[in-house]
Amino acid sequence: MDDVIAIFISKYNFWIYISLMMIGLYAMITKNNLVKKIIGMNIMQTAIILFYISIGAKKDATLPIILHGHGNHDVAHAVHAADYINPLPHVLMLTAIVVAVATLGVALALALKVYNQYNTLEEDEIYAQIRKQ
Amino acid sequence: MSEHYPALIIVIPLLTAFVIIGAGWFRKDICFPLALVSLTAALFVSIGLLLEVLEHQQIQYKLGGWKPPFGIAYEVDHLNSIVLLVVFGVALINLVATRALAAVEFSDRIGPFYALYLLFVTGLAGIVVTGDAFNLYVLLEIAALTGYALIGMGKGHAALASLNYVFMGTIGASFYLLGIGYLYLVTGSLNMADIAGLLPQLYTSKAVLIAFVICMTGLFIKMALFPFHTWLPNAYSYSPNSTISLIAPLTTKVMIYVMIRITLFVFTPTFAFSSPMVNTAFVWTAAGGIIAASMLALSERRLRRFLTYVLIAEVGYMVGGLWLANRAGITGAILHIINDAAMTLCVFLVAGNLIYKLKDDSFKDLQGLFRKMPLSMAAFVVAALSIIGVPPTCGFFSKWYLISGGIAAGQYLFVAALVFSSLINVVLFFRVIEISFFEPFSDHHHHDEEDTRSSSEAPVGMLIPVLLVAAGLIVLGIFTGDIVSMIIQFAIPEGIT
Repeated sequence: MDDVIAIFISKYNFWIYISLMMIGLYAMITKNNLVKKIIGMNIMQTAIILFYISIGAKKDATLPIILHGHGNHDVAHAVHAADYINPLPHVLMLTAIVVAVATLGVALALALKVYNQYNTLEEDEIYAQIRKQ
Repeated sequence: MSEHYPALIIVIPLLTAFVIIGAGWFRKDICFPLALVSLTAALFVSIGLLLEVLEHQQIQYKLGGWKPPFGIAYEVDHLNSIVLLVVFGVALINLVATRALAAVEFSDRIGPFYALYLLFVTGLAGIVVTGDAFNLYVLLEIAALTGYALIGMGKGHAALASLNYVFMGTIGASFYLLGIGYLYLVTGSLNMADIAGLLPQLYTSKAVLIAFVICMTGLFIKMALFPFHTWLPNAYSYSPNSTISLIAPLTTKVMIYVMIRITLFVFTPTFAFSSPMVNTAFVWTAAGGIIAASMLALSERRLRRFLTYVLIAEVGYMVGGLWLANRAGITGAILHIINDAAMTLCVFLVAGNLIYKLKDDSFKDLQGLFRKMPLSMAAFVVAALSIIGVPPTCGFFSKWYLISGGIAAGQYLFVAALVFSSLINVVLFFRVIEISFFEPFSDHHHHDEEDTRSSSEAPVGMLIPVLLVAAGLIVLGIFTGDIVSMIIQFAIPEGIT
C-alpha cells in the first residue's frame, strides 16, 4: 500500500494531467451540447500543456535567467544546468497555446455556423432535424 | 539559391497566402494568378530538390543557421522528396482544374479561399520536409486548421461535419503531441535524427513504448484508419467541390508518410518491428479496415460519399504495407502514397466535373453520362481500373508489391483482404459505369432530340487537367520500375530485407 501511495505522490504531475485529459475526453465523447464538447477539447489540450510544463521542473531549481550574465563577463563556465528549470518545454508550449487558441477559434466559428443553420447546439436535436429532411 | 530550396518550398506558398489575403480586398481576379505562380514555383523547387537528392542522397537545411539538435533542421531524403513532389503536383493540378468550380462556389470569398488553399499546402509541405518532431506538430495543426475551414465553407451539413472533424483531428494531434512529450522526456531532444540516435539504449524503457503507442494512435485517428474513420465520410462528402479534390488525395497520404517517417526513422525498425505479434496485430487491423470500408462503400448511393469509403480502404492498404515489415511491403506502401494520391485526385476531379454540370452526384443522376460527358467518364474509367488494380495502370503495381510483401511475410489475411477489396471495387465502379453507360428510362420520342444527343462536356479548363491525370495514371504505371529502383529503394532503411 505504501508503495502505491509513494508512486502516486512522487508522480503526482502525471496523475493530474491524466485526470484532466480524461475529463476533457469524457466531455468530448458524452456531452450533448457542442459548446460543452469544445470546452472538453480545450481541457484536453490544456492537460497536455500542463504535462509539458511539469516535465521542465526540477527540485531546488530557479528561473532560467542568468543573473549578471550580460556584458562581456565570461559566465558560460559558471552555469550549472541543474540549478535552472528547463525552459524548452515552456517555450514549446507557447506555440501549443497559440495552436489551442486557433483551434478554439475555428471550433467556435463552426459552432456559430451550426447554430445559425439549425437554431440549436444540442446534438440530438440537430440529428433529429437532419433525419426529418 | 538552390541551397535554400528546403526553406523556399515553405516560404513561397506561405508568403503568397498573405499577399493574396491583402490583394483579395482590392482585386478578386488577381488571386488565382498569384496562387498559380506560387504553386508553380514551389513545384519547380520540389523537382529541384528531388534532382538534388538523387545526386547527394540527403540534404540538411539549418533554419537560421542553428545547428541541430538545438535548431530546427529541414531534412530532405528520397522518401520525402517524392512525397513533396506529389503534394505540389496535386495542389497545382487541382488549382488549375477547379478554377471554374471555385469561382462558382466562392464568388465573393475567393481571396480567403485561395489564401487558405495555399496555407493548407504550406502545412502539408512543412509536415513532409521537417526533421523536427515538434515542428511537425505545429505544421500538422496548420494543415488541419486550414482543412477545417476549407471543409466548413461547404453547403449542407458541412459546418457540423467540419466541427466533428475538429474534435477528432484535435484528439489525434493532441495524442501525437503527448507521444512526442514522452520521447522528449526520455531523450531530451526533439530532432528526429537525434532521437533515433539516442533511443537504442532506451528501447526497454516503458516510456518509449508508451510514446510509440500514443503517437501511432494519434496518427491513426488523423489518417482515418478504419475504426477511427468516422469523421472522414461526412467531412469529405459535404466539403466544397473545389477543395475536396485537394484535401482527399493529400491529407491521408501525408499522414501515412508521417507514420512511415516516425516508425522507420525515429523509432527505427529494430524497435518498431521487434515483436512479430505487434506487426500482425497492426496488419490485421489494416486488413479488417480494408474489408469493412469496402463493405460500407457498397451501401452508398452518392458518388462522392462512396469514394470516401474507397479512400478509407486505401488507407488500410498502406498501413498494412508498412507493418508487413519487409522491403516489398514498405515499397508497396510508399509507391501507393504516390499512386493513390493520383488516383484519388482523378476520381474526385471527375466528380467535380460531374457536379459542375449536373449540380448533384447521386447515382440516379448519372444515367446517360457517357454520351453527355464522354471524356470525363473516360478519365473516370481509367481511374476506376487503377483503383481496381488492372495493369498497366499504376494501381496494379503498388497492389502487386503489397501482395508479394504479404505473401513473403506470411500475412495471408492481408493478401485476402487486398484481393477481396479489389473484387468489391470491381462491383462498386462497374455499377457506376453501368448506370452512366445507359440512357435514362424516359421516353426518347417525347424529348427534344438535341437534348439527349448533344454532348455537354465540362469546360476545357477543367477537362484537360482531368485527362492529364488519367494519362498520368498509366504513365506512372509504366515507369513504376524506375520510380522504385531510383527513389523508393533508397528511401527504405538498409536493415529491412
